[in-house]
Amino acid sequence: MSETALPAHDAAHHPRLAHHFTDLTSQKDASSLGMWLFLAQEIMFFGGLFLAYTVYRALYSPGFAEASHHLDWKLGAFNTVVLIGSSLTMAMGVHAAALGHNRTTAGYLLATIALGGVFLGVKVVEYGDKFRHHLVPGAHFQWDGLHTRAAEIFYSLYFAMTGLHALHMVIGIPILAWMAWMAWRGRFSREYHTPVEMTGLYWHFVDIVWIFLFPLLYLIA
Amino acid sequence: MSAGPEPVPARRPGGPPPPPPVERRDKANYLNVSFGVKSWLLTTDHKRIALLYLASISLMFALGGLFAVAIRLELLTPGGDLVQSETYNKLFTMHGIVMVFFFLIPSIPAVLGNFLIPIMIGARDLAFPRLNLASWYVYMIGAAFTLYALISGGVDTGWTFYTPYSIVSNTHVVAAAVGIFVTGFSSILTGLNFIVTIHKMRAPGLTWFRLPLFVWAHYATSLIMVLGTPVVAVTILMVAAERILHLGLFDPRLGGDPVLFQHLFWFYSHPAVYIMILPSMGVISELVTAMSRKRIFGYGVIAMSSLAIAMLGFLVWGHHLFVSGQSAYAGMVFSLLSFMVAIPSAIKVFNWTATLYKGSVALQTPLLYTVGFIGLFTIGGLTGIFLAATGLDVHVHDTYFVIAHFHYIMVGGAIMGYLGGLHFWWPKITGRMYPEWWARVSAATVFLGFNLTFFPQFVLGYLGMPRRYHAYAEEFQVLNVMSSAGASILGVGYLLPMLYFGWSMRYGKKAPANPWGAKGLEWETDSPPIPENFARQPHVTEEAYAYAPSEVVVV
Repeated sequence: MSETALPAHDAAHHPRLAHHFTDLTSQKDASSLGMWLFLAQEIMFFGGLFLAYTVYRALYSPGFAEASHHLDWKLGAFNTVVLIGSSLTMAMGVHAAALGHNRTTAGYLLATIALGGVFLGVKVVEYGDKFRHHLVPGAHFQWDGLHTRAAEIFYSLYFAMTGLHALHMVIGIPILAWMAWMAWRGRFSREYHTPVEMTGLYWHFVDIVWIFLFPLLYLIA
Repeated sequence: MSAGPEPVPARRPGGPPPPPPVERRDKANYLNVSFGVKSWLLTTDHKRIALLYLASISLMFALGGLFAVAIRLELLTPGGDLVQSETYNKLFTMHGIVMVFFFLIPSIPAVLGNFLIPIMIGARDLAFPRLNLASWYVYMIGAAFTLYALISGGVDTGWTFYTPYSIVSNTHVVAAAVGIFVTGFSSILTGLNFIVTIHKMRAPGLTWFRLPLFVWAHYATSLIMVLGTPVVAVTILMVAAERILHLGLFDPRLGGDPVLFQHLFWFYSHPAVYIMILPSMGVISELVTAMSRKRIFGYGVIAMSSLAIAMLGFLVWGHHLFVSGQSAYAGMVFSLLSFMVAIPSAIKVFNWTATLYKGSVALQTPLLYTVGFIGLFTIGGLTGIFLAATGLDVHVHDTYFVIAHFHYIMVGGAIMGYLGGLHFWWPKITGRMYPEWWARVSAATVFLGFNLTFFPQFVLGYLGMPRRYHAYAEEFQVLNVMSSAGASILGVGYLLPMLYFGWSMRYGKKAPANPWGAKGLEWETDSPPIPENFARQPHVTEEAYAYAPSEVVVV
C-alpha cells in the first residue's frame, strides 16, 4: 500500500471539475458511461411495451392491420423526417460545442427545439383526430370494422407507446433549452461540453424509438 | 451541502499545547464536519446519504414488521376471528409491498453499498453524488405514495398485483402502484451510480480482480437494478393506465391477456430476489474471510458466480407460471434454467465453508450471522430446487411451502447478511463499538426465532395449507402456533439491535480504525472516515484479502 497526495483543487483546475474526479477526461468518461446505462434502462422500459405489442400483434394480426389503416401514414412519415432532421441539428450542435463555438451551438440547439416542436404539433393534430373519431380506448371507443376488440388494444398500445415517446420529447425540450441558454452564455469549451453531448445521446435515443414506432404502428399491411 | 473540512491544528506531543480553538473537536469526520438538518438533507456525501437511507429503511422495516405481527396474531387460531378476510388481504399485501420494495431491495445496496463502495475502491465519492442524493428523495416520494395508499385504506391485491383482479379491486391500487413505480427509479439510479463508480473511480492499482467481493456482488446487483427495474416500472404503469384510462391490455373482457402481466411482472420480480440476496452474499464473502483471518477460498469463482446468478436470474421467471397455463415445453425449459441457478449458489456456499476450514475463526457476532446465513440460505436454496421441479411445484404451489422457501432466502438470507454486515461495519460507520454480548444474544435469538417461525411453514405447506387465507383447518393449528411463537422471538431478535445500536452511538466504546484486524481499504481510514474518505490517495499494491502468510493455511 502506498499513497500519493490528493490533487489540490487550486485555480489551475477547470472550474467544472468536480471534487471527486482527478481530471476532466475521467469525469466525462463517467458521464458517458452513466448516460449509456440510463439509455439501456430506457430500452428495457420501452421494451415492456414492445413485448406487449409483439404478443398482441401475433394474437390479433388481422385486427391490427385493420386498425392501423386509420392512422395517417403521411403524417407519420412527415414526422419521421422532422425527427431525423432534429437529430441532424442535434449532432451539428454537439459538434459545434466540441469546437467551442458557443453561439453556433445555441443556434443548432434552438433548431432542434423547433423541429421537436413541429413533431409534437403534428402529434397533437393526430391525437385530436383520434378523439374526434372515437378511437381513444375506453367507454367511448367506436369501431366500424370487423375487429373491435383488437382495434381497441391496438389503440391502447398506440397511445401508450406514442404517448410515452412524446413524454420523453416533452422532457427533452426544456433540457435542450437549458443547454442552449448555457451555450449562449458561453459555458462550454473544447475541454468541457459534456452536458451538450449527453443531451445529444438522449435526443438521438428518443429519435430511434420513433424510427421503430413508425413502421410498427403506421405501416402494417 | 457539506462544507470541506477545516484545517485541524497539529498537536505535537511534548510541545506547548496549541491555543484552544474556539470550537473544540477531535478531528473532523463526516459526522461532525457540519451540523444541522440542512447539512444532512442537502448532503452529497455518500456516507451521509447511506445514513439517511438507514433511517428511512429502518422505519419501513418496522412498519412491515407490524403487518407481520398482525398476520401472525390472526393465524394463532383456525377461525378468522381477529380481522376480516378483506382486512387480512390488505395486511399481507402491505407487508409484502413495504418489505420487498421499501426494505429488502434498498437495504444492503443503499446503506452498506452506498457507504462502503467508494471507500473500498479508494474513491472520494460515488461518480454522481447529486444523483445519489436524488435517489434518496425519489425513494421518499415513492414511500409517501405507498403510505398514502396505506392510510387511505390499503391495497388488497397481494404485492404481485396480479391482473385481472388488480384492475377491478376497489382498493388504492393506483397510489400503491405509483409508489412502487417511483421507488423503482431510486433503485435504477443507485445501480447506475454503482456501475459507473466501479468502472471509473477505482484507485490506482486496484484492478478488477483485486476488488473486494462485496463490490463484485454489488456490480452484479446493479446490472439487475438497471436492466430489470424499468420492466416492472412500465408493467405497473400499464396496470395504472388500465385502471385510469380503461385500456384493455391485461383485461380478458377487453381481449387482453392477464398472463402477459405475469410474464412482465416476474421478468423483473424474479431477478429482484437476486437484488436482495446478491448483496447479502457479498457481505458474507467479506465477513467469512475477515472472521477466519484467511484469504477467501476461490476468489475468482465467487466473483464470477455473482455475475452468473445475475444473468441466469433473467432467464428463470417462467417458474412462477407453472400453473398459469404456460406450455409444458416452456415449463420444462424454465425448470431446467432454474435448476442451473443452484450451481453458482452452491459454488459460493462451498467456498465460504472452505474458507472457514482451518482458518483462525473468531466467534464474534459477524461470524454468528455468517454461519446463520450459510445454513439458512442452504435450506432456502435447496427448497428452491424442490419448487423448480414442475411436478412438485404443482403440489405445493401457492401453499405455505412457498412462503417458507422465500422467507428462508429473503429473511434468513438477505436480512441475516444485512444485520451481519451492519455489525461488522458499525465501528466504521459510527466510530463506536456495539456491545458484543448483547449482539451475540440477538444473533442467537434471530436464528432460533427465525427457524421456529418458518420451518413449521414448510410442513404446513407440504400438508396443503394455502397461502393468503385468514382462516384454516383445525389440524394446522399446532404448527401455526409454533410459527407465531417463533415470530415473537424473532421480533425480539430484531428489536435488540435497534436498541443497542442506538445506545452504542452515544455510549459505545470508541472504535479504532481497524477493530477486526481485517484487510480492505475501508479499514485503512479513520473510524468514522473523514469527509473525503482518505487523507491521501491510496494506491493498491496487493491482492484482496492478503492476510499475513503465516495465517494462510494451504489446504
